[in-house]
Amino acid sequence: MTARLDARPLALVAGLAFVAWPLVGSSSTWLTLTLAGLAMGMIVFIAASGLTLVFGLMDVLNFGHSLFIALGAFVATSVFAALAGEAASTSVATSLGLVGVAMLAAMTLSGTIGLAFERVIVRPVYGHHLKQILVTIGGAIVGEELIKVVWGPAQIALPPPEALRGSLLIGEATVDKLRLVSVAVGLVVLALLLWTLNRTKIGLLIRAGVQDREMVESLGYRIRRLFVGVFAAGSALAGLGGCLWGMNQQIVTPQIGGQVNVLLFIVIIIGGLGSTLGCLVGALLVGLLTNYVGFLAPKATMFSSIGLMVAVLLWRPQGLYPVVNR
Amino acid sequence: MSDKALLSLAGVHTHIGAYHILHGVDLEVPIGDVTMLLGRNGAGKTTTLRTIMGLWPASAGSIAFDGRRIGGPSGDADGSTDPALRTPEIAALSIAYVPENMGIFSDLSVAENMLLAARSARTVEQLDRTRLEWLFGLFPALKTFWLHPAGKLSGGQKQMLAIARAMIEPRRLLLIDEPSKGLAPAIVQNLIAALKELKRTATTVLLVEQNFEMAKALGDHVAVMDDGRVVHRGPMAELAGDEAMQQRLLGLSLAAHA
Repeated sequence: MTARLDARPLALVAGLAFVAWPLVGSSSTWLTLTLAGLAMGMIVFIAASGLTLVFGLMDVLNFGHSLFIALGAFVATSVFAALAGEAASTSVATSLGLVGVAMLAAMTLSGTIGLAFERVIVRPVYGHHLKQILVTIGGAIVGEELIKVVWGPAQIALPPPEALRGSLLIGEATVDKLRLVSVAVGLVVLALLLWTLNRTKIGLLIRAGVQDREMVESLGYRIRRLFVGVFAAGSALAGLGGCLWGMNQQIVTPQIGGQVNVLLFIVIIIGGLGSTLGCLVGALLVGLLTNYVGFLAPKATMFSSIGLMVAVLLWRPQGLYPVVNR
Repeated sequence: MSDKALLSLAGVHTHIGAYHILHGVDLEVPIGDVTMLLGRNGAGKTTTLRTIMGLWPASAGSIAFDGRRIGGPSGDADGSTDPALRTPEIAALSIAYVPENMGIFSDLSVAENMLLAARSARTVEQLDRTRLEWLFGLFPALKTFWLHPAGKLSGGQKQMLAIARAMIEPRRLLLIDEPSKGLAPAIVQNLIAALKELKRTATTVLLVEQNFEMAKALGDHVAVMDDGRVVHRGPMAELAGDEAMQQRLLGLSLAAHA
């Protein structure tokens, strides 16, 4: 409904893909890398969206977010193990159904644990940034150890369901089937998120709360209840992201959350803390760049995301889409 | 005029960190009238409004709205044990607050700002059309910029939006903090005209002002604050007609305005 949209960060995404084309050389390889980058970007966006809203709404920096990502991935291993027969089926519908069940289970468990995490760990330290950081990191460590207790310390293989293995040939480009599923799921989540934020009163309250919490309370809304809801939803989305991430990596380790967490913080800082659109653009940039650099100069992959963050912050110190009024 | 107080503060103290800002504020806001809260910078006017809204807790004393205790530590002088209400609960008693910084959501459109203040509406279409047209009549700029981001409005238009937002649904009490601040005289005249229209609806208003002309034009009652206390309470007409009293209570600079 708001009239203006700053298109330059969006142009940056297109520009990055455009610049990479001649560098990569082969068009089919470029298409493969671009689709893989978009898929990774969508997964990272799903996992990061809750983190940025939680920070925007209540200034809570939740370093425990990684826990929900790991939970989502491990729940997927359990669902796949329990439904081994379905996982071996060659029917596409059965495979998609299995992925759907795993995603729902991951979201349910992560969301529920998220509610408890907010009540027990985050609520006592509202307004104390240092304590938040320490206590949420502590919560994540405890959670990670509990995951080892439940699922064991060893890595668990998470092969895709039979019918979703391998790639499709689109023209000359090979596209991983599972990545297509990830992009589709990401688009659905994005659409639902945008619809909720822009077309519902709850979404309006969230957007307003990110700008000026005190005024939203002065208008008679209980922002803490809203925050608890956003925290649980954000945790559920982290679980969904973890589930998809684990399936794409095909292997799940107890450290999975910590690995993804670094990416998530880079993404929400690039995007502008608290901004949903910024989170999406940041995630796409990180996803694309990681894939291009991984192909062109594999050794520089680890550095590329940090380098991107440095470059973006030099250009826009508040991130791509700074939240005003803060 | 009625003498029944809709809002009353008794011996209210407020501390902000190490600072003791309010030193026992006694204030009554009669129902259906406009009460002006005057005083120099730093006298505690804004703190008084924020304390009423529960944005800063009263450390002593009590605040009552329509006979119900809404603020102040429990078990204080009046012996009440009701806990102080939180800001959203206070607002939900039908109290609207326009803060000094106006509290406009600049990323949201004018329409969305209005929708937020209308607690009974879920969409812009559900806003009370009659009331909206009435507000558009008072503040035509809001209609012009209805779908524009509120951050793009001028300072005067933002103030109009802040006040219109407080009036989008009938409220029992309006708290408005220095609406004339930083506005050109012509805009202040518009604002006075609009607030006079609001006054005709017999809404109870507590209005903080430094602009004495505005205070005279709108006020039924006046309370003057100094150093965290209310040092004078009475009819506005009495203060408006007594220059010596103005000089004594408000200082030279304000009297020179009048």
